[in-house]
Amino acid sequence: MSENYTDHMGRPIVVVTGMGVVTSLGKGKKENWEKLTAGESGIRRISRFPVDGLATTIAGTVDIIEEGEESAPTISYAMANATAGEALEEAGFGTDGFPGPLFFAAPPVELEWQHRFALLDEMPGKEPNYDTLLEAARSSDHSRMHHLVQLGTIAFKIAEKYKTQGLPISLSTACASGATAIQQGMEAIRRGETGAALCVASDGSVTAEGLIRFSLLSALTTNNEDPSKASRPFSKDRDGFVMSEGSAALVLESLEHAINRGAKILGVVQGVGEKADSFHRTRSSPDGKPVITAIKQALEDAGLETGDIDYINAHGTSTPENDRMEYNSLKNVFGEAIHEVPISSNKSMIGHTLTAGGAVEAVFSFLTMSEGLIPPTINYETPDPDIPLDVVPNVARKAEVSTVLSNSFGFGGQNAVLVFARDPA
Amino acid sequence: MNDSKNEVWITGVGVISCFGEGIAPHWETLGAETAPEPVIDAERFAPYAVHPLPEMDWTRQMPRKDMRQMETWQRLGTYAAGLALEDAGMKEDEELVSTMDLVVCAGGGERDISVDESILAEARGRNDREMLLNEKLPYDLRPTLFLAQLSNLMAGNISIVHKVTGSSRTYMGEESSGITALQNAAARIAAGQSTHLLVGGAYNAERVDLLLSCDLGHYLAKDGVKPVAERQKDGGGTVLGSAGAFLVLESAEHAKKRGAKPYARLAGIESGLGSRDNQETRERLDGIMERLGVSPSSTTAVLSGATGCADVTDLEFEALRRRLGMDVAIRSYTTMIGNPIEANFPFGVALGAAALKNKSFYPSFEEAEKPVKVPPTTVVVSTVGHYLGEGMAVLEQIA
Repeated sequence: MSENYTDHMGRPIVVVTGMGVVTSLGKGKKENWEKLTAGESGIRRISRFPVDGLATTIAGTVDIIEEGEESAPTISYAMANATAGEALEEAGFGTDGFPGPLFFAAPPVELEWQHRFALLDEMPGKEPNYDTLLEAARSSDHSRMHHLVQLGTIAFKIAEKYKTQGLPISLSTACASGATAIQQGMEAIRRGETGAALCVASDGSVTAEGLIRFSLLSALTTNNEDPSKASRPFSKDRDGFVMSEGSAALVLESLEHAINRGAKILGVVQGVGEKADSFHRTRSSPDGKPVITAIKQALEDAGLETGDIDYINAHGTSTPENDRMEYNSLKNVFGEAIHEVPISSNKSMIGHTLTAGGAVEAVFSFLTMSEGLIPPTINYETPDPDIPLDVVPNVARKAEVSTVLSNSFGFGGQNAVLVFARDPA
Repeated sequence: MNDSKNEVWITGVGVISCFGEGIAPHWETLGAETAPEPVIDAERFAPYAVHPLPEMDWTRQMPRKDMRQMETWQRLGTYAAGLALEDAGMKEDEELVSTMDLVVCAGGGERDISVDESILAEARGRNDREMLLNEKLPYDLRPTLFLAQLSNLMAGNISIVHKVTGSSRTYMGEESSGITALQNAAARIAAGQSTHLLVGGAYNAERVDLLLSCDLGHYLAKDGVKPVAERQKDGGGTVLGSAGAFLVLESAEHAKKRGAKPYARLAGIESGLGSRDNQETRERLDGIMERLGVSPSSTTAVLSGATGCADVTDLEFEALRRRLGMDVAIRSYTTMIGNPIEANFPFGVALGAAALKNKSFYPSFEEAEKPVKVPPTTVVVSTVGHYLGEGMAVLEQIA
């Protein structure tokens, strides 16, 4: 059997051979896909901490911790552990180890209030300040707490557990991180550095302070009444995103590596585009130029034209600004044809999984292609006349989808665009 | 695919430490015949000491309006990035910076200590502490503080201030983030995935919240500061240092085309992760040097970012001597500038680049360090993280 293992630019073709996902809809691909294509919402009233007095009281939390500490690092690790395990099992890698590096999109963790309060309580009668917390630190061993709040720990633990090769990369490109993790794995395979890469993204940072921080930037919806109706990408009455938790993992391999070991190929990571924006810390350039450049680069990198794209998995956060900017940028690249391409936002159902978003949406993009079913944009009741897109409103749609373009944008001028294909070209 | 790999050149260096700013002044001070006294503040955070920042005029590298959006950590990085661009002759060269890739190694940003302490004070008398957070945080936190804390916002600020807008990636993971950032950056240039790239990080040591997150694991040295090797007799420990270090990396071809003068060639970087069990650590460090292909030579010297933490510092020095010979000149630059965590490895590479460019080396930073017999043409930079992750780079002189 003769196989062509390289792409249009002579680089190794990068394929996906295993995937795992956890969101507020559930654990694993099966449960997520059933609910996602049924148009179910995973957004609910927050029960993890009291919400009295908060402007936003809903989120897409994942309650995965059965016992022990519930904090951003422990939730993020538990979800990453679940999705990495699911992906590696599907790809057929056992417990002997994984023959490539780990690229991990990690939430920026830090000491949380529960930790500060615990340290304070170790020092009754002392002044309530950082000097006292430091004295508590010196007085007894808190190695567990130390490891928990180091930014590399989650990746270190995943690397250790699944025996990936070498020093893992923990990365953050804010809300584009999940896409960046896939991009990094793809680049390493294209360089010929490795035949396989494990790309994982996880974010479990719905804490009171985490929620309040986004709230103070006016980024979150305050549509608290019916949580399932709060995330309304591309609707006229959208008013912010829903903060959510989730994780996804993808096993990437060169086509040659996958075929040589007889792995089932789930899809192709065909192209990537990336362009930083220097306009503002939280807002995109009004002319959309960096996003436009990233989309064009991704198509070029994939060797495709706009007419080749069957479906767009939108960043679609449900903030007034993002959805308008995303439409304008896509229209600039696709022209009038953009109005004919189905585009939907998974975030209408799972909210914004932040660090994990790009990877979670990549898993859903591959399922869209393999199942021939496009997940809807739910809560699309009042279309925004300025965004006349086919958003696959409210109900999933059967369709032959062989290529997907997936957008991810983040604070700090981060823009990453991935192009996926169902079959190796 | 490029079969022949591109050479990776260091063509710009920007550093800030307790000794001041700029690579040339650093070379003059640290590369002088006798080592200077390290700048240490042992009072402000006693029993901990830190290597403090020099006095900074931030406006020399950023507009006041941008400066106000950042806390010290981000300013440090943005400033050092500006110095590196300036040094490479790229600053404000729109064509070059708009296509330049950016890789930043970052931790997290500053907290608002006074808000935190006011909450701690009220928490003492209350059982409903979660309610207390809801009462205080929405009103007391500065809305834009979040942006001064997010790890990738140092990169965001560098894009805004210096218009570096190719790709932008931020790596995390304490000392190991500096290793992975440089390793990945060099790999991209070698493979032709990038032609010119800005890479580095910064650390603000003068923060009680960061001292806390380090000393929860009892990693900090206490009560008096001795040089790194000497410190081992007293139980070791790391001394944090405020610093920033950025490098401009280019393919040799790209550098030659624009007539840029290189500092040195970045010939290789290898890294590892695993248990800190003595035998396993030895094997990993040996493996890193084996893969780098370094061998004993009178023209090879070492810059070590040894944290000073007990056991692992000795393991690092032993491994270096086992491979490179008992007489190898090892300079623990952390004795001089402290441990700037994420910026540890980039800072060592910056110092190595300066030595190779000046065809000389650093004097002994403490008694235990062996002298160099001839100026090195190869410098090994070694960083072993305070709790996990380790890596080494090989820098070579360009004739």
